[in-house]
Parts: sequence; C-alpha cells; structure tokens
Amino acid sequence: MARAVTPRRKAINTALAWTVGILIFFPILWTILTSFKTEAEAIASPPSFLFFDWTLENYGVVQERSNYMRFLWNSVIIAGGSTLLGVLIAVPAAWSMAFVPSKRTKDILLWMLSTKMLPAVGVLYPIYLLFIRLGLLDTRIGLVIVLMLINLPIIVWMLYTYFKEIPGEILEAARMDGASLRSEILYVLTPMAVPGIASTILLNFILAWNEAFWTLNLTAAGAAPLTAFIASYSSPEGLFYAKLSAASTMAIAPILILGWFSQKQLVRGLTFGAVK
Amino acid sequence: MATQHSRSAARLMMAPAVILLLGWMLVPLVMTLWFSFRRYLPLRGGDQGFVWFENYARFVTSSSFWPSVLTTLTIVGGVLVITVALGVLLSMLLDQPMWGQGVVRILVIAPFFVMPTVSALVWKNMFMDPVNGLFAHLWRAFGADPIVWLSDLPTFSIILIVSWQWLPFATLILLTAIQSLDSEQLEAAEMDGAPPLKRFWFIILPHLSRAITIVILIQTIFLLSIFAEIFVTTGGAFGTRTLTYLIYQRVLESQNVGLGSAGGVYAIILANIVALFLMRIVGKNLDS
Amino acid sequence: MGRITLDKVTKSFGEVEVIPPLDLTIEDGEFTVFVGPSGCGKSTLLRLIAGLEDVTSGEIRIDGNDATNIPPAKRGLAMVFQSYALYPHMSVRKNIAFPLRMAQMDQAEIDRRVDGAAAVLNLTDYLDRRPGQLSGGQRQRVAIGRAIVREPAAFLFDEPLSNLDAALRVGMRLEISELHKRLETTMIYVTHDQVEAMTMADKIVVLRAGNIEQVGSPLDLYRSPRNLFVAGFIGSPKMNLISGGEAEKHGAATIGVRPEHISISESGGIWSGTVGVSEHLGSDTFFHIHETGLAETLTVRADGEIGFRHGDRVSLTPRDDVIHRFDAEGLRI
Repeated sequence: MARAVTPRRKAINTALAWTVGILIFFPILWTILTSFKTEAEAIASPPSFLFFDWTLENYGVVQERSNYMRFLWNSVIIAGGSTLLGVLIAVPAAWSMAFVPSKRTKDILLWMLSTKMLPAVGVLYPIYLLFIRLGLLDTRIGLVIVLMLINLPIIVWMLYTYFKEIPGEILEAARMDGASLRSEILYVLTPMAVPGIASTILLNFILAWNEAFWTLNLTAAGAAPLTAFIASYSSPEGLFYAKLSAASTMAIAPILILGWFSQKQLVRGLTFGAVK
Repeated sequence: MATQHSRSAARLMMAPAVILLLGWMLVPLVMTLWFSFRRYLPLRGGDQGFVWFENYARFVTSSSFWPSVLTTLTIVGGVLVITVALGVLLSMLLDQPMWGQGVVRILVIAPFFVMPTVSALVWKNMFMDPVNGLFAHLWRAFGADPIVWLSDLPTFSIILIVSWQWLPFATLILLTAIQSLDSEQLEAAEMDGAPPLKRFWFIILPHLSRAITIVILIQTIFLLSIFAEIFVTTGGAFGTRTLTYLIYQRVLESQNVGLGSAGGVYAIILANIVALFLMRIVGKNLDS
Repeated sequence: MGRITLDKVTKSFGEVEVIPPLDLTIEDGEFTVFVGPSGCGKSTLLRLIAGLEDVTSGEIRIDGNDATNIPPAKRGLAMVFQSYALYPHMSVRKNIAFPLRMAQMDQAEIDRRVDGAAAVLNLTDYLDRRPGQLSGGQRQRVAIGRAIVREPAAFLFDEPLSNLDAALRVGMRLEISELHKRLETTMIYVTHDQVEAMTMADKIVVLRAGNIEQVGSPLDLYRSPRNLFVAGFIGSPKMNLISGGEAEKHGAATIGVRPEHISISESGGIWSGTVGVSEHLGSDTFFHIHETGLAETLTVRADGEIGFRHGDRVSLTPRDDVIHRFDAEGLRI
C-alpha cells in the first residue's frame, strides 16, 4: 500500500517533474515548432516561441525537393521487412528454447546475445565487400538482411522471455487433447503469445528505423532510408532550419508515437530480461 | 521435460536462427582477421600480401591511436556518469505521486526514439550553432559571447547530445527497478528510525545496484560504437575521433583495409571484455 | 476400456534414476491413486503413462496394446493438470471443444457433447466466459469437462485439487468420486494428500523414491501397512511408533498403535503420561501426551466430550488386537 502524501508535497513533485520533463522534451518540441515557421522566423533573434505565422509550407517544400516519400518508403520497407523476417525465423527458435530446453539452451541464448555485442565497425569492410560482390550495395533487400541479422538476437531473446511466461502445462494439455505440433503452435501458443510477439515487432521496428551505422554506410541514393536522408542535411548548402525541422519532424513522428506504446517492452527488450 | 520426438523437432526449428547468426558472426570475423594480416589498399595497389602483425603495430603506434582511445573513454565515461546520476534522481522523482505522471513519463522517454542523425543535426544546428542556435540567443540575451560549441567544446558537446539520447533509457530501467522495491522495506527502515538520506543510501541504492550495473554495461556496448552523432556533427574533427570513428576512416575514407581491420580486431576484443561481464549477469538471471 | 499395464518401466533423467524398474497393473474402471511425499516420482509416473515423458526402458500397455512409443495425442487418455492448464484465449465452450476439434469431429456432435458435459458439470451458464473470469472451482470443472468430452480410455489427474481452498477441495473430491461412479472409466489420480487417497481410491499405490511401497485398497493399507513408511503415511493423525523395551515385549523392533486405538482415562491403564497440547475438533479431541517413557509424544484420539487439561497425569490403554509389529528392517511381522 502506497501511503497518501500531502497535497503540498504532491504539488511540489508535480511542478518539479513537469519542469524536468519539458526540459528534456524541449529539443523535440522546438524542432516541431520550428517546422511551422518561415525560414526568416526560424533564425530570428530573439526567437519567437509560439507567436509567429504558422505555415505548412516547409512540409511541402521538403517533399517536393527531396522526394521525401521515397526515403520514407525505404525506411518502412527496411524496418518492416527486417522485423518481420526476423520474427519468422525467431518464433520457432524461441519456441524450442522456451519449451524444449536442453543443457545447451542457455549457452545458445547467451551466444546469440554475444553476436549482438560485435562492434559493427569491426566487420564493416567485409560486409561492404560482400555487398559489392553480391550486388547488394544500396539495395533495400541488402539492408533488410543486415538489420534482420543485427536484431535477430534481440528478437529471439524477447520472444523467449515472453514464451517462458506461458505455462508449459497448457501446451502439454494441448498435446494430451490430441493436437499435433502444428496445431499446438497455431491454435494454442500463437494466440497466447500475440501480445508478446506484437511488442517484439514494435520494439524491433523502432530499433531498425533508427539504425544509423549500416544504413549510412551501405546505401547511396537508391535505398537510403530516412536516417541517411536526414544526414544529407548536414552539408552546409542544404541547411535551412525550418525545412530541416520539417524533415526531422516527419522522420521521428511515426516512431515517437509507436515508441510511446512500447515503453514497457523497451526495458525488457533492451536488458534481455535482466530487469523486469 | 520432453520426449525424444519434441526434442528433434526443437533442434530443427532452432537451426535457421543458429545457422544465420553463426554465418553472420564467423564470415565477416574471419575476413576481418584475414585482412588485418595483409597489406590491403584497394585504391592503391590492392592486396599486397601478408604483413602479419605489422598492421596491429602500426595501428597502435599511429599518432591518432591514443588520442582516439582517450576520446572514446571520455565520451563513454562522461555519458555514463551523466545518465546514471541523473537517471537515479529522475527515476526517484518519477516514482513519487504526482499529477500527470503518465504524460511526464512520455516526455522524458521521447528522446530515446529520435533517430541519431536527427538528434545530432537538431542539436548541432538549432541549439549549438554559434550564430543562429538557441544557446547563442540565450548567451547574447545575458550579454555573453556565444560559445562555438562544436569547435571550442567538441567532446563536451557530443557528450551532451549522446547523454540526452540515453538518459531516457537509464531512467526507464532504473524506474522499473525502483518500482520493484518492496515499499514495506522502506517503511520498516522508517520505523527503525532511518532518515530519508540514509534510506536512500542503505536501501534504495543497494536495491538499484544491479539495475545500475546493467545500465552501465548495456550503454557501454552501445556507446563504444556511436557513429552517426560524430559523423553528422564534427565528422571526427576537433579531437572527437573515437576508436570506432578512426577505424571507419581507415577503412572507408583512406581505404587502408589492412590497417582498419587490425583496428577492428582491437575494437572487437574491447567490446568482448565488456560483453563478458554483461553475459555473466544475464546468465545468472537465466538460472533463477 | 482402459486397462493399463506397466512392465519393468524405468525412468532416468541423465544419471539420476527416478523410477527404478516398476511393474503395475491398473484394471479397467478402477480408481487408482498414486500417493507419496513430494519428489517420490508419482507425477513422473503419471507423465510416463500420459506420454509426456519417454520411458527409459520397459513397456507401457493400454488395453494390451504397446503404447510405449505412441505420442500422447494418440494414447486416448485425458489429463487434468494441477494448474488446470486452460487455454486463456478461448471461451469455456471452446476450451471444452478443443480436443474434439483436434479429432476433427463434426460441429453438431461437438456441440452435443460440450452441452452434455456442461450440464453435468454445472457450467451451462458460463460457456461464453473466458477462464480468467471463473473461480478456481469452476476452472477445475472446465478442465474436467475438457477431459470427459473425449470419452477417453482413462483419466489422469495430476494433483488437481491442490490449488483449491480447503472447503472447495472437499466438494470437488465428492464430485470427482461421483463422476467415477457414473462413467465407470479408469482414473489415475496423483496426490500427496493421504486423505484424498483414502476417500477416493479403489486402489492406492504408495510410492517412495520411485519405488512402490505398497499397493492395496484403502482399508488394506490402513489395517495392514507393509512397512513403517506406509504405516506412518496412511492415517491421520499419524500412527504412534514405539521402539525399545515396550516393542520387545511384543516380539518386535518397533510397534505401531494408531491414536484411535488408544483409550485415555484418569487411571487404570498400562501406560501413563502428562497431557501436553490438546486439539479440540468438537467431535473428537486429540491429546498429545508427553513423559510416557515410550516415545517423545503419543497422540491419542478421544471423544470430544472428554476434558483433560494441560499438565494432567493420565493413564493410557492400547487395544491389543490392533497393535502393528515391525522388524528391525521396518517390515511388518
């Protein structure tokens, strides 16, 4: 039982927490606000906070000039494709480890995690070379494969911790009830695991969407997702605050919304079940 | 706990994931090792045969090596100190009863979902720009000369940006850990006459120690390989070249694959040392 | 039909042998209870019969056919689990229908059987609910419903009542017994509770460390326990075990007298002692007697009206004809 606190104490907490919260959120808020300003207002001194002429012009310009939709589409395909492919491969693996554990299960799980720890830069050239040889450089399929592989350990791990929470007796009951392995996974396990699978997909979609090593180094114009598109604004000639803000807002808005849904799963997914 | 039949099915179903990851780990690793022993300059004569450990020696004796190690340690250490210290305070604040807790939580977590290139660019241009950045406006409002953040305080600037990105992660994990603290423990301590500071020191902090360790280890692994933040802000200039960035430059910018690969092997070894500690904690957790 | 035969069945987990070679026959229609302390192998034995575990060696026959290597789904057995193991995402109706759906029965027949089972188990009003919305006893009934619709050769129960509170447990015990009387199907029931074993079983199998200590009807086990373990395990309160001089008088290493076979009086008995704790149940009173010189404590069951107080000196008389005698190995003489 949490104890009741005095209203004064609660008011202080509230004021303090909101101040800190807004401070932390401020860069995002400022970006969103700036995206609705004209370029002149965006660099005006002193800057105006809310009282300026709101305009949607920047969004139109960004889309026209840089073909924003193509980058967005690349991001969706790469993040979505790598996540779905990863889940398809990971569900059977996680099922096996959760419900038919052997002496080596723990070692396999830890080994899978350890591949996640491999610094990308250490294998940058080999992958780069392989991509050239296989004609995968600057293709969406190439990035789908790479991002699937770097997130596969997290996907397996998350699914494993979710599956572990499904009591084995229920699956045994299905077996006793005459279900084949296929029916057992299809009619009993999968429906029960839907919330876990959904969170896994969500979190890995976010991770893949924001991935900014391989997407920067393995793409040029053709398959570049939003991460690379935004990075192209860092060259001085491309720099217009309001348009930069509009582009940024469009790149982060969908993921911010998804992210807020997945905050609980975030802890589990990124600590590999070590903190619950 | 199972029959022979289900065991063989299990092995079959595990195979794709295991084989893929094994390939993903071994193929590039072997290639990196191979290149690291060779003199390999794709644009200047290509593969010129074995030089064995020469690349390893040259990598550590080059004038950029030790500065890059120092930069790496400064950035990783700085971000860890900031995120853990603020994370503990923030998570304790968020655990208190208040109005609009859910909204505040969302505000605090948001930076984690911003893609690294966006946050680097936003900070670089809209906050740290010496002419039009918000900080410059702020400094001028107080009559001070604006700081040229990315050339005068480049490492600090990057620490600031990366800390902003990772503070939500630390806070969220520590908050989860705090919420698992049995409130009866704190009440018992209060009955035993412990004042708030002592309760924090003797009850809350020890309870959080495990979560803090995990935050440190996981963040270290990710921070060792930060790339986009440097790529977008300074491009490795002004002494912000980390080990990761140095290797990247050797491999893709100066196209000295042999040298870069030797550096890559060092990076792999470094990451594995950290990973080993993390694995032990995670592994222990699996047993319980 | 459901005659189950175990022939030299063994089970090892790695190096550890949990079931040494074991032979057992369960007759068709019999209510058999496997009872024993936790870790005695009773659940493992049930899982071997179910097919959820492989036997290490030996043979399991169901109605004379070798079922050793048949997967659980094809053995024609139904099982009720300790946790009930209901499918949380399905309604009660779907839960009960699941095995029939797996057997690809036609929908009309499925409905007929589910409605029938629901009527028997008082679940008709709950058919559209999810298991999460039911009480413990109702969930238990759903689990049983799921088992009976299949009309299996035998029912397997793995400690089905241990998650229920005491009052409900007594009620469910009766319901399962009645179900058995009506269906006349073989039932194998695992429990660590000897009261459940005594009240429900046609045949009790007492297990310890994977070994069968004794097989028999409840009264057989009560009247003539084969060894000290069974003597101590069956009966509540526990049998008083006395060794030393008093046992030698009866020509045994240890003698056992049940609390209900000792009478208590103010004087005139052959043993004496001091009253310690007395537990008043209303109908009966259990006296714990100290300082008898025979054992640390003797438990005596007396009529509920008899009132001795803590510290009273009392006199005890065992009934001669029901003294159990055991040799030095603990076997019945």
